[in-house]
Amino acid sequence: MTDLYIARGQRLAARTLATETVILKADDSGLYVLNEVGTLLWGAADGVTPLATIVERLICPRFEVDVASACDDAVEFVRALGDHAILTVSDRPITGEATPPASAGAAS
Amino acid sequence: MSTLLDHVMARATDLELPISVHFDLTYRCNERCVHCYLDHDDHGELTTAEVKDVLDQLAAAGTLFLIFSGGELLLRTDFFELLAYARALGFDVKLKTNAILIKEADALRIRELGVRQVQVSIYSHRAEVHDGITKVAGSFDRSIAAIRFLKSQGLRVLIANVLMRENAGDYPGVQALAAGLGAEFTLDPTITPKMDGDTSVLSLRIPTTHLLQVYTDKSLLGPPQPPAAIAGDEPEADFLNDAPCSAGHTACYVSPYGDIFPCVQFPLPSGNLRRERFDDIWRHSQQLKEVRAISLRDLPTCSVCSLQSSCTRCPGLAYMEGNMRGPSSADCEKSLVAAEARRIHEAN
Repeated sequence: MTDLYIARGQRLAARTLATETVILKADDSGLYVLNEVGTLLWGAADGVTPLATIVERLICPRFEVDVASACDDAVEFVRALGDHAILTVSDRPITGEATPPASAGAAS
Repeated sequence: MSTLLDHVMARATDLELPISVHFDLTYRCNERCVHCYLDHDDHGELTTAEVKDVLDQLAAAGTLFLIFSGGELLLRTDFFELLAYARALGFDVKLKTNAILIKEADALRIRELGVRQVQVSIYSHRAEVHDGITKVAGSFDRSIAAIRFLKSQGLRVLIANVLMRENAGDYPGVQALAAGLGAEFTLDPTITPKMDGDTSVLSLRIPTTHLLQVYTDKSLLGPPQPPAAIAGDEPEADFLNDAPCSAGHTACYVSPYGDIFPCVQFPLPSGNLRRERFDDIWRHSQQLKEVRAISLRDLPTCSVCSLQSSCTRCPGLAYMEGNMRGPSSADCEKSLVAAEARRIHEAN
């Protein structure tokens, strides 16, 4: 898999509630709720850690899934979030813009 | 309400999180609205550092939806610093303001900081009526100019029109004004007692006959009463086990002095952030526990009222009338009028 890098989008509000992350867009009030896997990816979306590394370190051990299929699913997932401007997805590290915080977790 | 938002609110309820917080940054104001419930003197506002600490605590507690209000919040010279801090913590921020201090550069900054909505109070489409209510000459023109600045930045603006005797017939004009400005519009006939218990402002409430006219006005897409009141929905089986409202359950209010109340309209002192951590107050305050213990079934008058399923009873208003388990006379009146409006609707 070509290395992909993910960064949290701009102009978003977000809060992690236990295993879910609620995201709200300032521009159109779009509301999104990420499940546990999405929450892990969101929290790790620092723009510089390759997606494959995130999947291997955080997703696979937790959900007992093989790396290849987990990576395929993750790519599809982050591209979908990219289409909604929830994540910025790039084939090179994303360092040009500040990555908003993942949000303080609550009741986790 | 969207299904997804229902899910978020249910999750917050299950986890007992304060997902929504109304935070008044100041009670100082540059208007003197005739119906206002606040004391505008500064009795020791939270400092910049204290507000930031409170925001840190709210973020850690799980708050997502944050309303910054006042008083007039732009009177705080650190307002933009606090707004930037809140946004950096990931809050969804809405502002409530009279907007008369907002210039073009301020509107740009508000947009850049990712504010989702700005609510501006407009009392009439006629400047002399609006200015008569705010007691500030020229306030109408300044507020409208600010709305144009905000809209030019692509911001979502909500014009809030509080109805009282002085402006009772003007809401269609305000509604048209909002449409012309590209703003949303909301109407509220609720006049609340002052926070010190003074009820003199209640004489400003519009008479019942006029309330009925409002409730039967088909031009209002968002009437003050929820659709269930008009449609006559049957209550769900476990309706009486529900909480009366979100106050103290998933929402609370923070005053400029760090006081915690269940809601901005529910001035039950429940703790102070200068003496205790937010989480301790939220989880252990006896006052909040008492509020949470009340279900609709525990309301001796309201639980047997025929209008219970459609009533928007506010426990805070009931509290201000002397009993948080009692009825709120203002909501009783609104429910009766809504029932009459439904009868008229069904007859036509």
